[in-house]
Amino acid sequence: MSTGAVGRAYPRLEGAAKVTGTARYAVEYPVDGVTYGWAVPSAVVRGRITRIDTTEALASPGVLAVVHHGNAPRMAPGPQPELRLLQEPTVHYRGQYVAVVVATSLEAAREGARLVRIDYDTGPHSTVLTDDHPGLYKPDQVNPSYPTDTAEGDFDAGYAAAPVRVDVTYRTPAYHNNPMEPHATTAQWHDGRLLVHDSTQGATPVRATLAELFELPPESIRVVAEHVGGGFGSKGYAKASVVLAALAARHMDRPVKLALTRQQLFGPVGYRTPTIQRVRLAADTDGRLTAICHDAISQTSTIREFAEQTAVYTRSMYAAPHRRTTHRLVRLDVPTPFWMRAPGECPGAYALESAVDELAIAVGLDPVELRIRNDTAVDPDQGRPFTSRNLVACLREGAQRFGWAGRDPSPRAGRDGRWLIGTGVAGSSYPARARPSTATATARPDGSFLVQINATDIGTGARTAIWQVAADALGVPPERVEIRIGDSALPTAALAGGSMGTASWSWAVIRAAQALREKLRDGGPPTGEVTAEADTTEEVGGQPALPRYAYGAQFVEVRVDADTGEVRLNRMLGVFAAGRVVNPTTARSQLIGGMTMGLSMALHEEGLLDERYGDWVNHDLATYHITGCADVESIEAYWLDERDDELNPAGVKGIGEIGIVGAAAAVANAVHHATGVRIRELPIRLDKLIGISDLA
Amino acid sequence: MKAFRYHRPADVAEAVAVLAAEPQAAYLGGGTNLVDLMKLGVQRPDVLVDVTRLPLDTVEELPDGGLRIGATVRNSDLAAHPVVRRDYPVLARALLAAASGQLRNMATTGGNLLQRTRCVYFQDTSKACNKREPGSGCAALHGQNRDLAVLDWSEQCVATHPSDLAVALAALDTVVEVHDADGPRDVRIADLYRSPGTHPERETTLARGALITAVRLPPLPAARRSTYLKVRDRASFAFAAGSVAAVLNLDGDVVRDVRLAYGAVAHRPWRAYRAEEELRGRPFSPELAARAADAELAEARPLRHNGFKVPLTRAITVRALTELASS
Repeated sequence: MSTGAVGRAYPRLEGAAKVTGTARYAVEYPVDGVTYGWAVPSAVVRGRITRIDTTEALASPGVLAVVHHGNAPRMAPGPQPELRLLQEPTVHYRGQYVAVVVATSLEAAREGARLVRIDYDTGPHSTVLTDDHPGLYKPDQVNPSYPTDTAEGDFDAGYAAAPVRVDVTYRTPAYHNNPMEPHATTAQWHDGRLLVHDSTQGATPVRATLAELFELPPESIRVVAEHVGGGFGSKGYAKASVVLAALAARHMDRPVKLALTRQQLFGPVGYRTPTIQRVRLAADTDGRLTAICHDAISQTSTIREFAEQTAVYTRSMYAAPHRRTTHRLVRLDVPTPFWMRAPGECPGAYALESAVDELAIAVGLDPVELRIRNDTAVDPDQGRPFTSRNLVACLREGAQRFGWAGRDPSPRAGRDGRWLIGTGVAGSSYPARARPSTATATARPDGSFLVQINATDIGTGARTAIWQVAADALGVPPERVEIRIGDSALPTAALAGGSMGTASWSWAVIRAAQALREKLRDGGPPTGEVTAEADTTEEVGGQPALPRYAYGAQFVEVRVDADTGEVRLNRMLGVFAAGRVVNPTTARSQLIGGMTMGLSMALHEEGLLDERYGDWVNHDLATYHITGCADVESIEAYWLDERDDELNPAGVKGIGEIGIVGAAAAVANAVHHATGVRIRELPIRLDKLIGISDLA
Repeated sequence: MKAFRYHRPADVAEAVAVLAAEPQAAYLGGGTNLVDLMKLGVQRPDVLVDVTRLPLDTVEELPDGGLRIGATVRNSDLAAHPVVRRDYPVLARALLAAASGQLRNMATTGGNLLQRTRCVYFQDTSKACNKREPGSGCAALHGQNRDLAVLDWSEQCVATHPSDLAVALAALDTVVEVHDADGPRDVRIADLYRSPGTHPERETTLARGALITAVRLPPLPAARRSTYLKVRDRASFAFAAGSVAAVLNLDGDVVRDVRLAYGAVAHRPWRAYRAEEELRGRPFSPELAARAADAELAEARPLRHNGFKVPLTRAITVRALTELASS
């Protein structure tokens, strides 16, 4: 069946359009009679609007309207309370959008927004996560539907009885997704039908949300997301921009373009919750784990519960007879946290893979070897064998490629002039899942094929990957296949998230292609177009619930300036086992992108909250530092040739998130090896290491 | 953002005249800072007077061996200038340590000197800032102040000056050529910047509407042995966590002349006169450099989050001088 498109390094289909600037993003479509919306954020944390004075704003040149809770079109409750914007005077967090100014130009709208006068009644607020916050509580479940706590064996007894123990607490700050393209929307109403061009990871869920909010049948709404400049989870569902644009356009009865600014992305569109994580590990003197406990604390908002599944990673990664995990939350007067690349696994792996490193030191065992000794063929959580688990193979190949053998484990063993050199390792894993999707495949009389599915390419190369899968499934060269994605008018499909896009979409595309070939076989050569459709709902839903995971091992070498405490990355190398790789070019980009984001988490990123104002004050890319190219002196990603027949027809596990999982721990472990100093609160910046040359 | 008019003057006199006539006018150089602040509503000029077409874009070798740098010379051109690279390496290095290639292609010499603090509270009109709105308070004093001043701050303002170029020019005893309503005059760079005191909204001693037309580097053969060290929170494209400009002239191992200036520690580029005094006339050693830095930093008053700037500035002082001494 295969003509061999899968596995070949095709450049992105839309690459030329993107680099020449002809690819259109959400607010770049020309629209007749368009107006520009500017979102007005609340200037208080918690309170109630008592008065909105729009006189000055409306008198400002070019301003057409100010839409707010007093005059906005009404919306139904909808699925997410934070999207019920401009419906009531209540303010739940600073930065909540309380009005939209609509004007004939972007600049006029911005100036108008400055002139809207709002009075509030305010109350006291709480915006800082602490491990002794009086509001700590146990949620009913954690995302998406895991048990809040788990326990096997008797952790307390197992821990107390062990000869080697580690009891450590790690802290991570708020992280902000910061896709290059902000959340942005063009909204147009025509005869009661709504057309939006939106920057989203899933046009189908956006359409569903808008249908609920505006009480319309989904067929009356079309959501187009042809090109999307990144999301990292923050565009996984409908966000404020699309709701505000649709509301404003309805109010105006004119098209509205609305793009959030960089500053407006810090909070209201979601962010990774800060975490406080206590990890306790116990082992015998051979380094075999006997007890594991991971207690995770994170925050949510007062409007909706978002329970980051921080400790879930620990449930399946390493085996031990005595195990416990817990999650606790605090409702703060903050925007609701949301998904950010590998929610749960990313912060959780930072803590666990750091603690494992601390355990290796306590036992006196190489950290690669300790991980190998604690490998398990059976998922400790589910009690069933993993469909495939190549963690050890990743560790071994990574160690060999990196040159790990012969490493002197003692801290400060490496030195190059003023630089202290250290190396670190961490494991990675991420679930391999799929969601139901539908697709159509059409044969045309000229011998070409059209494949349609509402997949989304958020910059990953998804369009190209599905095209390759489709060509092989149709048994034709890819040049004969046209692929259409990114439009809710196309067959409904899963969103681009959870590393399940390619698995979900290729599943439906392969089934549609198979159905088409069946039709063509029956009917002979087509004289007109022949179309077949597929819906994988039953097949995906009927899949046995087995533990399916991708794995990886990450190796890092850093240098730390003994005087200034500056940390620099010498090299970073990851080896991954993620099923079949569809396109080596785009796969490599995903993996090194994830690893780089993990490096950024370890060394650079930190949302600085000012408790008095209740928001993050470093809300731009000049003050919220993200790793730049100069910080990444050498980065390599490899993958194993892995076959797993229990996954999906394409045999893929997903690669969007695994690269960030464990990466920060590998960096932190290398910093410890270089310096002998264990920083347990990210990011590891020079102020935490300055003066280490004076330390013993 | 506020609507504004755009004016392109024919010469310096016309530019200065427009500023004199318009109470809310601003000079536009590369726009890399001003335009951002206009979008944020921090600066709201009625008129932009674009000075980039004025004939101020040349670097001229002076008969006395010094150098005159026109105010509109772009940062990237200045950094690449062969005389600057040869005679004033501290200047070229400071320029190249700043911003990004794209920004350096736009940013001008004069504009760079007059850029505004990157204090996050100054840049956010929803928060209190005496520099932006006199009398409103300083949110940074007890806020997130990791990036802010350790020397010479006041209760009214703890901002730092963000320029790298200005630190190098401070070390070189640069003269700033200014044109204002009274005509042209010279201002020593040591006299250009103000301490925040009770009026942090006044950042320089220049009269309103004054235009920087050039900076003049005095002849300083010692500057051939000079350097600029900048420590950042990431490898590139970040403002300094600490920086030092250093010129060192040794006679044998005795310090004959030394010029030191610090960035990221104060409201102005900080010329380290006390450290220079400690060093001058003594045999150089890293220990002496450390003592000199300690003398300079003795009056540092760190805020809640920026105590690291004191040992950091000390460490890079020692490194810069030691590197120069052994070069």
